[in-house]
Amino acid sequence: MQEYAFAHRHLLGIDGLGRDDIEHILDLADGYVELSRQADKKTARLRGRTLINCFFENSTRTRTSFEVAGKRLGADVINMAVEVSSMRKGETLIDTAMTLNAMHPDVLVVRHPESGAVQLLSEKVDCAVINAGDGGHEHPTQALLDALTIRRRKGRLGGLVVAICGDVLHSRVARSNIALLNVMGARVRVVAPRTLLPAEIERLGVEVFHDMAAGLRDVDIIMMLRLQLERMHGSFIPSTREYFHFFGLDYDKLKLAKSDALIMHPGPMNRGVEIGSEVADDIDRSLIRQQVEMGVAVRMACLEILTGEFGNNPPIQ
Amino acid sequence: MTARRLYRNARLIDPDSGRDASGDLLIEGDRIAALGGNLGEGLGADVEIVDLAGLCLAPGLVDMRVQLREPGAEHMESIESGGQAAAAGGVTTMVALPNTEPPVDDVSVVEFLARRAREVKLAKIHTYAAATKGMKGRELTEIGLLAADGAVGFTDGVKAIADALVMRRVLAYAHTFDQLVIQHPEEPSLAGAGEVTEGEIATRLGLPAITPLAEVIMVERDLRLVELTGARYHVAHVSTAAAIDAIRQAKADGLPVSCDTAPPYFALNETAIGDYRTFAKLSPPLRSEADRRAVVEGLRDGTIDAIASDHAPWDQDSKRLPFSSASYGIVGLETLLPLSLELYHNRHLTLIEVLRHLTINPARILGFEVGRLRPGAPADLVVFDPDAAWRIKTDEFRSKSKNAPFDGRPVEGRVERTIVDGRTIFERQG
Repeated sequence: MQEYAFAHRHLLGIDGLGRDDIEHILDLADGYVELSRQADKKTARLRGRTLINCFFENSTRTRTSFEVAGKRLGADVINMAVEVSSMRKGETLIDTAMTLNAMHPDVLVVRHPESGAVQLLSEKVDCAVINAGDGGHEHPTQALLDALTIRRRKGRLGGLVVAICGDVLHSRVARSNIALLNVMGARVRVVAPRTLLPAEIERLGVEVFHDMAAGLRDVDIIMMLRLQLERMHGSFIPSTREYFHFFGLDYDKLKLAKSDALIMHPGPMNRGVEIGSEVADDIDRSLIRQQVEMGVAVRMACLEILTGEFGNNPPIQ
Repeated sequence: MTARRLYRNARLIDPDSGRDASGDLLIEGDRIAALGGNLGEGLGADVEIVDLAGLCLAPGLVDMRVQLREPGAEHMESIESGGQAAAAGGVTTMVALPNTEPPVDDVSVVEFLARRAREVKLAKIHTYAAATKGMKGRELTEIGLLAADGAVGFTDGVKAIADALVMRRVLAYAHTFDQLVIQHPEEPSLAGAGEVTEGEIATRLGLPAITPLAEVIMVERDLRLVELTGARYHVAHVSTAAAIDAIRQAKADGLPVSCDTAPPYFALNETAIGDYRTFAKLSPPLRSEADRRAVVEGLRDGTIDAIASDHAPWDQDSKRLPFSSASYGIVGLETLLPLSLELYHNRHLTLIEVLRHLTINPARILGFEVGRLRPGAPADLVVFDPDAAWRIKTDEFRSKSKNAPFDGRPVEGRVERTIVDGRTIFERQG
């Protein structure tokens, strides 16, 4: 039997990954969960490597998660908040990519407000690139950390029924999760008002529901999405009050799911908009804090896979 | 004595008269003097003879929709470079959109363009003028004066005339001077911030999307206003089955309506966007395969009158960007003929039907005397080999801009020579 090898230079999306790729990342991440719970959390696997966090869009949690992940692996981590530096001066994305590339990083972690921008940047650099979220397209490490969280709790992904609820239209998290869960054999539903669902979403392999009562029936996992108020160019919903009434998660709606159904949210939460505080903080049902912990472990795994062996300029497979 | 030149041994194709026969064509000065079989005898010794060895000789192409970036952005395209591109593409007359900087909303700009075109002496250049001041969609331009100065139609370029009352007045006022109004057919309040056609591809790519109905909604509204005002109305680059159906019905009802499309709308569909290819970012956006087929059918049954290049030159800095930041449009002058001839080689249209959409039809819509092979008509001609196979190479374009999604595409049909007012302005080398 041929030995498995991760045959991708970058991690731009879940689209394109196979089941073995995903399982490989999750298996490796399992080990990093244990490491991260020890007093000495540090390894030297990425010693001498340079990670640049390049965020063209505000983010505290994802950037911090990558920073912690990089440091635990022994890499040097540099944070660049690009939206306040060169882009303001008219430098293009490609110029920024060239500039960063000349500093010989081993991995760039990039977030950008435009779909496809991270791929464009990846075409112009010699190092590995991890997509930390591009517009409404993909956020692959979020889907991987969600998968790790579910797998550790439920023991599997295949056969589970997962409902993704809320602003699917603007959500890169939803797209990455739909892709990953389909590859792993879960059944995926989306639940949202019609204004927050993109056209032909069912073609991505989901069942579509417009009310929580039907959509949550018999589900194992409820993924609530952040209502992306900053992406709302116009009126998609009349008010957050009405939204919470019909689509926000509270105990009344949670009752409709399986009795052991678990709640997830990629954060940051809008409490009282898409999710009620008591549900979000329910330690028996909510996996939200575990998601943050798994985030570091999954990102350590991704960093190691993409840069650990070869560093800069990996040989062509 | 007037210079005379005989193009002999040609396949003469004239969509206006329906002629498609081998023969000769005689030019005297800047006009066509005669055409038919064996004109060579008894012409005397002063006639220069060019043997075309069976190549097609047709009226030069009339491209009713190009963007030239002069004045304002000559580093992307100028009257000169656009003229060279037109010449290489077999285009002998083109009509520029008013979206220059400053825009063509004032007689001084119309006069500037006419003077520059005369200096450059390549393809003939006409211009549309803005329908509203600054193309802002509020106040009418001086339509009467602009028309008297040579503007051949009125449009807000790549923007729709959105406000219904303003559009009503543009149509009514333009009709007073028997002027054509050209609409960019997209309802902006429905399109919103959308960039690509709504559907599975947009959803997968996570790009803001526009329902294809934004086209037909604007067209149907306008058709009611045309009925109300009686104005001559032209829809630019139709791209959806629904809008084509609406226009087909309007023509059947006798409304003074015409429309064009551009090669990307029958040569490509939305899958050309692939992984965020900004060269496939167009306005209107590339459509579904069903809509692409409807465009072919509209050309076949004559609902769509003309094919225009919709030439939109952009430099690299405007396209080497994330998809949402990139400019809309592609260059098209040098690929207009071979891409249109795909309709012939794919057996959707006959050769003469393809040429009709590129010559006499746009000429008639605009009231030009060119676009036909007739004694006395201007000697604006294209010589081409309809079957020559080659690959499009965007880096060989004469246009200053190379933004086209057709690089490397194998095509058939190549321009060999372009003639304006009897002068050869392009001859293919090698």
